[in-house]
Amino acid sequence: MQQSDAILQTRGLTVYYGSKQAVSDITLDVARHRITAIIGPSGCGKSTLLRCFNRMNDLIPKSRITGQVLFEGRDLYSPTVDPTEIRYQIGMVFQRPNPFPKSIFDNVAFGPRINGFRGDLAELVESSLARAALWAEVKDRLTSSALALSGGQQQRLCIARALAVQPQVILMDEPCSSLDPIATLAIEDLMRELSADYSIVIVTHNMQQAARVSDYTTFLMGIENRGGQIIEYGETRLIFTNPKDERTEAYITGRFG
Amino acid sequence: MAAASPDFRRRMTRRQWEGRAFHGLCLLAVAVALAMLVLLLVYLARQGLTRVSWEFITSFPSRDPDQAGIKAALLGSIYVVAIAAVVAFTLGVSAAIYLEEYAVRNWRSRIIQVNITNLAGVPSIVYGILGLEIFVRTLGLGRSVLAGGLTMALLVLPIIIIAAQEAIRAVPPSLREGAYALGATRWQAIWHLVLPQAMPGILTGVILAVSRALGETAPLIVMGALTFVPFAPDGPLSRFTVLPIQIFNWTSRPQAGFHEAAAAGIIVLLALLLTMNAAAIVLRNKFQRRPEG
Ligand SMILES: Nc1ncnc2c1ncn2[C@@H]1O[C@H](COP(=O)(O)OP(=O)(O)O)[C@@H](O)[C@H]1O
Ligand SMILES: [Mg+2]
Repeated sequence: MQQSDAILQTRGLTVYYGSKQAVSDITLDVARHRITAIIGPSGCGKSTLLRCFNRMNDLIPKSRITGQVLFEGRDLYSPTVDPTEIRYQIGMVFQRPNPFPKSIFDNVAFGPRINGFRGDLAELVESSLARAALWAEVKDRLTSSALALSGGQQQRLCIARALAVQPQVILMDEPCSSLDPIATLAIEDLMRELSADYSIVIVTHNMQQAARVSDYTTFLMGIENRGGQIIEYGETRLIFTNPKDERTEAYITGRFG
Repeated sequence: MAAASPDFRRRMTRRQWEGRAFHGLCLLAVAVALAMLVLLLVYLARQGLTRVSWEFITSFPSRDPDQAGIKAALLGSIYVVAIAAVVAFTLGVSAAIYLEEYAVRNWRSRIIQVNITNLAGVPSIVYGILGLEIFVRTLGLGRSVLAGGLTMALLVLPIIIIAAQEAIRAVPPSLREGAYALGATRWQAIWHLVLPQAMPGILTGVILAVSRALGETAPLIVMGALTFVPFAPDGPLSRFTVLPIQIFNWTSRPQAGFHEAAAAGIIVLLALLLTMNAAAIVLRNKFQRRPEG
């Protein structure tokens, strides 16, 4: 992959929680306007790696990193970078839908409002909900509580909420793990559509999902006490049809994890 | 279905009896508590209800038991509790936010925490001595209603801090994460999400604090509230008295007329307490309904 095609890059990234390594020596490129999946057994550091891309790990008191994370070639962890500004450009969707206890409208308007958006807020909320394939279902009850929505709707609302701040990248941490199969398919369709305009990184432990939606796949595995490392990285169809490493093959054929 | 063995049936009967006996005991406990309350209210009503009138509320104390009114003490109580509530709410919620959201958890924050919990158990008279030293003497506020309100604020501060901390801790971390992920600063996450969510719990603490501040007498006596005040507080530095002091003063007089006035004063105190709590509860319900809005 050429430099200009990668929107996010890590170079020898190691993350520690206290003295414990959660991931080590990760060097990875995330392709622009593509979907990159991170797969691997539970506890291998998928979430940890994902949370380095928007510096959410900063919120965990004892975490620190070595190595680099580059966003458009710029070091995300340089002292001149403000993490809140990064999170404005790199959105995140969490494992469990976490709508705010506010109205549907206020949920989507939250990001623009706190970032001092000047413009037509109603228009922005509508277009964000439409992009998240939720507008038709909620347009008549924008003022009712977001907590009354179903799980799948809540997760699409969280996606709409992330879209409303007009990010370039969307990070998704197992976004479907608490949803039923139909809601899961709706989110997967949505991801395919969004990948035309956004770069998406998705963590999943569902291999079919990685195979269905992603363009590139990274297989991460915990090695002894050094935390997760990249075992294999490449185009999704190659990883799933012709894995080079036998551990990758063992994992995707369901022999462990 | 096979018939139950005689042994089983005997044990079953005994278990049922035990259950009924326990139920009866609990009922008795409730009945005793309620009976005491009813007795108190009936006694108060018979002694004092006839004395409660607009005139009683709007008159100053007097040497003549039938002329004596509660105006000065009522206003004094309202001022003291209002000052205490506003000051303790502001300081208490800020302290709770600091401890829960900003302070690094280490031995120092644990010592602070233990101390706050202990402060809630310090005898109220100690706060009176503290108020006398700090507000009345050092800050030169004199034996004023402001000094009284600030002393009460110190007294109820631990109650509000602890309630606010618990309410803030109960806000799910996923909400904060959601806000941070949208580029919110720590302060924005606290202001827009954590505080509105924690407000019902915080207001419960305020209700407890206000009830406490309204009933406390000892600290105000120590810091020098008056017992006979024939004027309304006309400013923060005015001298003052409060309802419990006025009531105590009347009960210690020999004339029966003052005892009636005392009973009437207690009824006014209870009414004020209920009004203040009702206000806080209405406010709390408003916050709890917020998600729909
Ligand atoms: N806040 C934390 N503090 C300490 N250790 C953590 C924390 N979060 C995760 N870890 C540890 O880091 C490792 C990777 O965790 P995580 O990134 O959540 O894995 P995954 O998402 O692949 O299941 C695990 O061993 C986990 O116990
Ligand atoms: Mg995870």
